Amino acid sequence: MELKEKGGQRAGGAPARPINRTGAFARLRSALRHPGSFLVLVLVLAAALFTVSMLLFIIWHIVSNGIAFLKPSLFEFTYNSINVSLFPALVTTFYATALALAVSAPVGILCAVYLVEYAKRGSRAVEAVRLATETLSGIPSIVYGLFGMLFFVTALGWGYSLLAGTLTLSIMILPLIVRSTEEALLSVPDSYREASFGLGAGRLRTVFAIVLPSAAPGILAGVILSIGRIVGETAALIYTAGTVAQIPPDVFASGRTLAIHMYVLSNEGLYTGQSYATAVVLLGVVFLLNALSGLAAKKLTKG
Amino acid sequence: MNRHKWIEKGAEAFFFLCALTAVLSVALISLFVFANAVPALREIGLLEFLTGTRWKPTDVPPSFGILPMILGSLMVTGGAILVGVPVGLLTAVFLAYFCPKPAYRVLKPVTELLAGIPSIVYGFFGVMVLVPLVRDTFSARFGGDGNSILTASLLLGIMILPTVIGISEAAIRAVPDSYYEGALALGATHERSVFCAVLPAAKSGILAAVVLGIGRAIGETMAVIMVAGNQARMPKGIFKGIRTLTSNIVMEMGYAADLHREALIATGAVLFFFILLINLAFAVLKKKQK
Amino acid sequence: MAAEEKIGINDLNLWYGKFQALKNVNLSIPEKEIMAFIGPSGCGKSTLLKTLNRMNDLVDGCKITGEVLLDGEDIYYNMDTSLLRKRVGMVFQKPNPFPMSIFDNIAFGPRTHGIRNRADLATIVEDSLRRAAIWDEVKDRLRSSALGLSGGQQQRLCIARALSVDPDVLLMDEPTSALDPISTSRIEDLTQELKKRYTIVIVTHNMQQATRISDRTAFFLMGEIVECGRTETLFSTPQDKRTEDYITGRFG
Repeated sequence: MELKEKGGQRAGGAPARPINRTGAFARLRSALRHPGSFLVLVLVLAAALFTVSMLLFIIWHIVSNGIAFLKPSLFEFTYNSINVSLFPALVTTFYATALALAVSAPVGILCAVYLVEYAKRGSRAVEAVRLATETLSGIPSIVYGLFGMLFFVTALGWGYSLLAGTLTLSIMILPLIVRSTEEALLSVPDSYREASFGLGAGRLRTVFAIVLPSAAPGILAGVILSIGRIVGETAALIYTAGTVAQIPPDVFASGRTLAIHMYVLSNEGLYTGQSYATAVVLLGVVFLLNALSGLAAKKLTKG
Repeated sequence: MNRHKWIEKGAEAFFFLCALTAVLSVALISLFVFANAVPALREIGLLEFLTGTRWKPTDVPPSFGILPMILGSLMVTGGAILVGVPVGLLTAVFLAYFCPKPAYRVLKPVTELLAGIPSIVYGFFGVMVLVPLVRDTFSARFGGDGNSILTASLLLGIMILPTVIGISEAAIRAVPDSYYEGALALGATHERSVFCAVLPAAKSGILAAVVLGIGRAIGETMAVIMVAGNQARMPKGIFKGIRTLTSNIVMEMGYAADLHREALIATGAVLFFFILLINLAFAVLKKKQK
Repeated sequence: MAAEEKIGINDLNLWYGKFQALKNVNLSIPEKEIMAFIGPSGCGKSTLLKTLNRMNDLVDGCKITGEVLLDGEDIYYNMDTSLLRKRVGMVFQKPNPFPMSIFDNIAFGPRTHGIRNRADLATIVEDSLRRAAIWDEVKDRLRSSALGLSGGQQQRLCIARALSVDPDVLLMDEPTSALDPISTSRIEDLTQELKKRYTIVIVTHNMQQATRISDRTAFFLMGEIVECGRTETLFSTPQDKRTEDYITGRFG
């Protein structure tokens, strides 16, 4: 056989069909040739399908059963056993979120600032703080609730109160805020810092004028996610903030958040429709927060 | 100039204090939970508390054995792992190696939404859907009223999905492409390359995902309390109810007093101890992955 | 001596999205010889190599037209990629042993193709390791992790792994670029041994390496084969001005 040793350039080849496209038929044939791989493929697809359809099913089930009960009476200013209003719980949730963030956001953000901008990498302090935040993020909410009850409610004598509940929550969300702020700070390029130092700015000015503003969207994303955790939290609040259905007049009064409200309702077993409706509101709030957090995070990556 | 320096120093010290809050919190939590558990453990006796099979806090004399709840937590968690890990791991494999890019942009947030659903909503869903389902399917033959270990395992299995998916997907993506290509070049199919070359390389990360899933499942409270039946007795099969450590605390803390209350706090301490062990295992695995 | 054609490439074009990476490539690769692909980086030589065992199928937005024949059979038409890759083995630029034992690394391929018998596997593993000239170094530690080997040993292990499925053709994508000079020369010696049984196509950015080991050389530039011929001819009397510029180092 003769060898074609000249390179390329055979002119005038007709525009040919791509040869590396595998059609459905070829794929099926290849699957039949490797039955084991085909089985694995089916399992993988089934698992992904299960995960997605589970989420859709839960949402569909809650919304389709709850939407009819989302009546104006559900949002009346005061709660009674006839209107089963979730309005006080909504306001309490808002209070709890604001208070918990007021404590946790500054502390968490500054903690991350120390870890990323000040501490020497791998120093003992950093290791200890990292171990602590990781431990905190693994502690289940019921243990937080237990601690809040023992410390704020009993030892400090505040009783079941908004303050005891929110301080418990603020410890709970601390690791989330620290972690996301750390990541946001680390994503700020070092050249920004060098430029600022180069202009004679001190470390403090560099952090507040240059680094934190560039990291703001990422920090915001973390803060919004932690709001989601506060809104959905139950176990940490039952024995700290209590379950009174009222808008708390001050921070030493008890109040129930939406999630607690829903727990009490569904536990009583009398208000199934209203429970569904409350669940719809809860899901709506949480998904909205997720979407906002995603938007903020996207802004960070776009810079 | 000098004033400037002082401000810088002061700021640094203040930031350091903020950082210490995390350490302080862990110390305070450990101190309060464990210290408040001591009186009960002293009065009941550690061995009796952990291995006693009767939990009758209101009997005269009362008995405080939490073995039923320890077993309950372990069984429900084990069931959740059996449900959640295979599904979660396969979903992670799908996201990393089978999913077309446009679909990924939709599916990734979907798995994150699963993490956003509050446990109370999961619990309510369990009550309204899973409990009747289990009751209608199994009660006639196996007894039980639908509030069971099985139901709780199914629900928890779904709840730990986002944890398992998130961490194992990250571990799978951390495996260099060269393993996948190497297997493919030997004639392995896409599936075999992923499962026999990539997954073994992601072993410790996947194990970390499982460990964290265990932590989530064992610590979950509200959802379990709503579907597990909560009978404080030794397990009687997966179609019957059970009480976990977490639900024991929430169920009775509202009205408990004196030794009963202290015993509940000690229950929390036992749970906390389990969680610390799990955290430790997770940290070790994460280090190993690097 | 007219060697048989092992691989024939006819009118091959390849696009990554809008970018055309290979233009009208025609090439014949003779059996049991070493063919070297040389050229500046980004010229398409690795792309063409990956086309020969259809590893480009994986790349998003990759479109190929033309024909690639292996023993006269069109590899893009009705051929199972698994069986194709069994016949056309590949060694990568960076040694990529799997994170498992040396034995399991070599046994991966045969197991893929359905060999489960332990004795058979042991024979294949020993044979493959011997052919890749690494048996003596690892025979006492077959059960230990392949990641504990040196870079050069890892690459010879990867060659052994490629040989384990009994291919006809061995594709090598800059196999020595990550290795030290001593390991490199061992692998170059090995190729001379291997060409007695296998057809070898090697991509190299090192012209000295091409002259040392290859029988034929193809010179690539911007997705085209500028010139292809016997290695000593191509390097001593290049026909094309661009080839001459490149091999004399006068190229960009």
